[in-house]
Parts: sequence; structure tokens; C-alpha cells
Amino acid sequence: MNILNEWAFVGLFAVMAPVFPALPIVIAWLFRPRKPNVLKSSTYECGVETIGDTWVQFRVQYYIYGLIFLVFDVEMVFLFPWAVAYNEMSLFGFVAGFLFIFLLTDALFYAWKKNALDWK
Amino acid sequence: MEELCTGLCSILVESGADAGLALFLSLLVGVLLVSGVPLITVILLIWIERKVAARIQDRIGPNRVGPVGLLQTIADMIKLLSKEDITPTAADRVLYNAAPLVSFASVVLLWAVIPFTPFHYGVDLEIGALYFVAIASFGTLAIMAAGWASNNKYALLGAFRVVALLVSYEVPLVFALLVPVLLAGSMSLVDIVNAQNAMWFVVLSPLAFVIFYISSQAETGRAPFDLIEAESELVAGFNIEYSGMKFGMFFAAEFLHVFTNGIIMAILFFGGWMGPLYYESPLIAFAWLGVKGGLIYLTTLWLRNTVPRLRIDQIMAFNWKFLVPLSIANLIVVSFVLKALQELELAPRDILSASFGDLLPTTVILLLFNGAMIFYLLGILRKRGREARRESQAARADFAQPAPVAGH
Repeated sequence: MNILNEWAFVGLFAVMAPVFPALPIVIAWLFRPRKPNVLKSSTYECGVETIGDTWVQFRVQYYIYGLIFLVFDVEMVFLFPWAVAYNEMSLFGFVAGFLFIFLLTDALFYAWKKNALDWK
Repeated sequence: MEELCTGLCSILVESGADAGLALFLSLLVGVLLVSGVPLITVILLIWIERKVAARIQDRIGPNRVGPVGLLQTIADMIKLLSKEDITPTAADRVLYNAAPLVSFASVVLLWAVIPFTPFHYGVDLEIGALYFVAIASFGTLAIMAAGWASNNKYALLGAFRVVALLVSYEVPLVFALLVPVLLAGSMSLVDIVNAQNAMWFVVLSPLAFVIFYISSQAETGRAPFDLIEAESELVAGFNIEYSGMKFGMFFAAEFLHVFTNGIIMAILFFGGWMGPLYYESPLIAFAWLGVKGGLIYLTTLWLRNTVPRLRIDQIMAFNWKFLVPLSIANLIVVSFVLKALQELELAPRDILSASFGDLLPTTVILLLFNGAMIFYLLGILRKRGREARRESQAARADFAQPAPVAGH
């Protein structure tokens, strides 16, 4: 199978994958009872009424973790080609990749020392 | 699968079908065959999960519907089908309805690259390992969407925790994933299994396996990392507003994700379909993969039912201050030692054609280094544990001190 067909397979899979969970939901939609009322479809129906808006500002710590993750995730993608070529690599390429990992580690320790990793 | 698709395609073309249509139909058959495996196993998995959990908790578990309760899942499905489906008026309807679909689809999509036997797989992508990471993070997105769209404070808190938890544990997961990729010199899952012909990667780098295991347990959001749905504090977390089949889809996705992770670990570290007599028949190869994946899956169930839930600050500290530095250190040590061995001509550069004898020095030395790291690590943990214990004892002693009685 050539590369186009491979990705055609993945593409078709991606189209089909949501269909499998959608099927039982559609079947349920055909059979289930429908008796909505105002109370039933209120937020947190069985508990106390919610006060105020839900979509409010959130703790900044989540955002900081997100930022650190972004740095790591993007850099790690660059490490994959390095790992694939590892066995045939010259010493120079190996050391270059190594320096890259050290820079990454440095970023982690910077965040650590700045107390960005502490849950406050 | 490749032969099947091309074979079917050529048959269709010969019988007079349009070439494009023939290709589409044969691909469709392939997709249905591959996705059939997870869809059938998930029905069984729910039963296994409940039965194992029950046995660990000294209960019997489902035993009424069908022989040993095997049809319990079918009964549950019928119940879920007939449940009224409520969409809260305050919810974001599009996202709310899309989230369960994305959640389940993201797990089924993983099976496109899983090699069942040397010749039976959906596709052998050259970037299979990267595909795995990319698709697995779709699940995070689905849970985030569910929590946000529900417009419920508990659900939103659960969604925030998902971002913090799942996203953080992806870092050590990918670092651990780099080790098998580096050892095999390929991101294709088929190549990674073939590279383990002489030696399983779990022997070459046990630490990478442990890191991968822990972070994939976190990625599925299960105990001890299950605070995205922490029943006792967030009621049910992100899925609180869901009911009926949509709720069922989230759970089917979770159960399937755990098993899929077991299979992925079997492929990356335990040689996938490799085992005695695997070349005799694809069925034997398939059975080996199933047995290995199933055993790993059972240990995750065991872990889930044994360990208590952690607090979010503990989980984040464990990840960023322990697992991430450890996974980086592991990558550095493994790559450095292996390169040194290769330069000294002690390790083969082409692992695919290496025999057991060729790999023996590499194995011994890598194992020694891994052992040293684990030993050092346990030393640190023991010291920290002792400190924490002493602190808590001191605190308790202060508390227990009788108040000075006046008049003496």
C-alpha cells in the first residue's frame, strides 16, 4: 500500500470512528422517553440551585502548568527524529541532541526555582 | 490487512467496478475489521472490570444475567438505551453532544496502528508512535469539552483538573516513549516489535516501562489519579450532567482506553506478538499479544482498586518534581550508555538483525545502569519518606502533649 492509501485508511478510520459511538446514541434517541420540564433540565438538577455564572475566571496555576507543558510538548516532538536516527547517527549529531535535552532540563529547573511547579 | 485491501481492491476492479470506488470499499472493509476488535472487546471489558473489582473488594460481582453474569453488559446497554437523555438548558449543545463521540472515537482510532500479528494490522504508519501520542490527547480534549459545555461548576472543576493532570503526565509518557523508539530506531510500531526479536525492551530499559506505566495510568484518569471525576468531592466531575447512552460512551471509552494502553505497553516493551511458536500461525501471534496486553491490563485494574486517590498538589508535584526529571534522566542515561557501547563496538547498530548473543553485553550493561538508577531512586524516596514520617510524628507528639495543669 502506498503512502497515500495508508493515510486514506487513517482518514476513513477517523471518519468512521465517531460513527460507532453515534450509533447507540441515535438508537437511544429513537426509543428513549421525552418528558422534559424546566426543573429537570436545569443545571445540577438533583442538587441545590447554582449561584452565579459557571464560566468564571479560574486558578492561574492551571495556566502555568499549561504553559510549561506547551514548552515540553513542542520540544519533545523535535526529539523524535533524533531518536529515530539515533543508531546511524555520528557523534556530532548525538551530542547536538544531548545539548538540546540539557537545555530542556534547564528550563524545567528554571520553572522549579521560580516556584512555578508548586500548587499554590 | 495490506494484502487484504489490495486483493479485495483488485477483485472489485476486475469485476468491473470503478477504481476509486473499489479502493474506498476495500478500505472500508479494512476499517470495519480493525475497529471490530475494540468494539467487541469493550463489551467483555466492562464485565471483566466489574468482576475483578468485585473480587478485590471481596464481593461476587455481576452473576445474575447470563452465565457468571456475562450478559450483564447487554442488560446495562438496554437500560441505558431506554433512559431519558437530558441536555441541560444552560449547556453548550454542540460541544455537549460532540464530547462523548470524540471521547470514544479517540480510543477506537488508536487501534488503526496497533499491529495484531506480523501481517495483520490496520496501517503500519512510519510515525506510529507519534500517532499514538497525538490521538491519545484527543481524549483530553473531549473531557475538557464535556466539562466546559455542561455549564456546571463541578463539571468545570473536573475539566480544569483534566487539563492540569492529563497534560502534565503526557510529558513523562512521551519521554518514556522515546526510549523504545530510540532503541528500535523507528517510530513504526511494527518495526518496534520486530526490533524486540532478540530481547524485550522492558529488559533493556525497565525504568522507561515503569514511567510509561505510571503515566498511562494517569492518562486514563484512574485511581490513584482519578480526581477528574473524584466522586467524593466533585460528585462525578466532568460527566455529572450526562445521562443515558452519552454517559455510557464516556465509560466505554475509559474502559477501552485502559485495555488499549495495556496492549500498547505490550507492543512497546514486551515484544507484542513475539512468543514461542508465533510464526506458526497468526492466531498464536494474536493470542500472545492478547495475553501480554491482558496481563498488564489486569495489573492496572489491581492498582486501581488498591491505591487511594491522591490530592491534586501531590499529583502535580509527583509528576513535575519526580517523574519528569526521572524520565529525562532515564533518556539521558540510556542514550548515552548505548551510544558509548556503539562507539566501542559492543552494541549492534542494527537491532533488527541482531541476535541474542550480539545484544547480551548491551543488555547486561543497560540493566546494570537501570538497576543503579532504581537503587539510587529508592534511596531518595526512603530518605524523603523517613523525613515526612518524622515530621508527622513530631506534629502528633505536640498535639498529644497534655496541657500544663495550673496549680503545680
